[in-house]
Amino acid sequence: MAIAPERPRTRAWPVVHADQYEGTRIPRPVPTVRPVPERLRGSDDVLRINFGPNHPSTHGVLRLVLDLDGEQVVGLDAVIGYLHTGFEKTMEQKTWWKCVTYPERIDYVGFQNNELTFVLAVEKLLDLEVPEKATWMRTLLCELSRIHSHLIFLGTSALELGAVSMFWYCFRERELVLDLFEMVTGQRMHTRYFQVGGLAEDIPEGFYAQCRSFVEWMPKALDDYLALLDRNAIWLERTKGIGVLSADDAIALGQTGPVLRASGVDWDLRRDEPHLSYGQLDFRVPVYANGDVYDRYRVRMDEMRESTRIVDQCLRRLERLKGHPWIADDRKVVLPPREELHTSMESLIHHFKIVTEGFRVPEGEVYVATESPRGEQGCYLVSEGGPKPWRVHFRAPSFVALEATATCVHETLVADLIAIVGSLDAVMGDTDR
Amino acid sequence: MSWDSIPGFVSVKEAFGETTVTVEPARIRDACLHARDELGFQMLVDIVATDYLNWGGRGVSGYIATASGRDLNFPSTQGLQTLPEVKARRFSVAYHLLALRQPPVRVRLKCWLDDGEPVPSVVSVWPTADWHEREQFDLMGIRFDGHPNLKRLIMDDDWEGHPLRKDYPIGGEPVRFSEAE
Repeated sequence: MAIAPERPRTRAWPVVHADQYEGTRIPRPVPTVRPVPERLRGSDDVLRINFGPNHPSTHGVLRLVLDLDGEQVVGLDAVIGYLHTGFEKTMEQKTWWKCVTYPERIDYVGFQNNELTFVLAVEKLLDLEVPEKATWMRTLLCELSRIHSHLIFLGTSALELGAVSMFWYCFRERELVLDLFEMVTGQRMHTRYFQVGGLAEDIPEGFYAQCRSFVEWMPKALDDYLALLDRNAIWLERTKGIGVLSADDAIALGQTGPVLRASGVDWDLRRDEPHLSYGQLDFRVPVYANGDVYDRYRVRMDEMRESTRIVDQCLRRLERLKGHPWIADDRKVVLPPREELHTSMESLIHHFKIVTEGFRVPEGEVYVATESPRGEQGCYLVSEGGPKPWRVHFRAPSFVALEATATCVHETLVADLIAIVGSLDAVMGDTDR
Repeated sequence: MSWDSIPGFVSVKEAFGETTVTVEPARIRDACLHARDELGFQMLVDIVATDYLNWGGRGVSGYIATASGRDLNFPSTQGLQTLPEVKARRFSVAYHLLALRQPPVRVRLKCWLDDGEPVPSVVSVWPTADWHEREQFDLMGIRFDGHPNLKRLIMDDDWEGHPLRKDYPIGGEPVRFSEAE
């Protein structure tokens, strides 16, 4: 793994490499709008065009207003909001219990992580202890979700740069992940498997064997991807040195996740602020130093390999936890077991109250952050003490990643813009919420 | 951490393992600059505004007593178990800061605003605040003074109202065949 060489520690931890370019490239006065340079202003050669909102290579409905001087991008303004669905407002009208379905539809590619962040935030307000088995299974599914998300990034980004076959290979492995999700939860996407207190159902018996065969298969698939791309002259030409973002600019622009790690900042919430079972797992955090499209691709490739290792470790642990409870035993919050409803009046009352009125969450505000495939996924919750949230807000890593577009397009061609937008890996559902 | 050295410091509160430092709204930019340069919070993670209009307005659940006893038409309310803490003003704006170090430190800077009251922009401190402030302006109607490009981000440019406010009607689209016509 290409960890940047040790340098004299003139900077505070954790920057390991920070000389991608001198000074800053963040445009002024508006950090997210690249203005046309003075010498070209009013020139007939500058053409203003709309890139999107329904261009296939914008990964959804991103609209970029571009100023082009020939093939050169000289001005850029990103316009978002085309996929705004009002999730935050809707969730204020629903009980905590019903809200769990919404977060995964926000970032529809890394859905397990969004669901997790919301559920963890509610559990933090409730001060609820989650059984060990549920924590390990959540870790496992989040890592599968990371693999799923990175596969979509890799497949679509390569497709946009002309490597059509990559798309089919990535989607072949993606099917395997979705099959696992379907087996556990009954749904291929938007699984709603995490409940406040644990998991919705026990892990099915056949899951262990099928997940084991996926863990054994995935490293071979990753070798295939590397063989197809990593010595491909066109791919290297199109990605190396493109869309460079320095460590200082990445931090100033609030970048997190693979984008930050590709700019030489050694920062991963899974290791640095361990949630779930990450504190007990053995994994490495890939860091690359050039801050270009190629390094972002490499970070995600390495992360898929590490995630496979994490899945393997979780699976070993879960095999020893068969028969253990998968959800907390707190009848005020957690639905009683189905079979008890026929025999116990108390259970029936609890079931009825939770489903109709919803459980109550103590007054307070919390912010919970997890490391999603795209970076820091945060959830800010305010509770009034009632059965519905007062305020729900998601800190969306895609939203923040797109703020860096104007910085990354410093002296690039319009064809490279496609590689840059792909490498920031923004999901528009996450951006617009 | 010496929170009281922050310019405009009002109070500090620990809850759920999180630190909330309340700051005077007019000095939020100075406070952020101080937090970045003196306290080492390199990264602004998020800006979020909350509308506390009618906070706790449902009252405590239970029977509604009248002078003659229970009101049979409204036997009970679906209220709260206890009344929540009274809020200083209608809006809060929270800035979530992160210090990239081991172990990581997080803090929430918070200021309280009335409707229409502006708050200084922190775009000059952290460029990432650009879209966060525009989003809160768009959806919550918070005015950020000194923002270089304060216009709607999520909703259409000609949209009226701020959807995340508590007095924004839900399903408030005009209906053509209503009885009123």
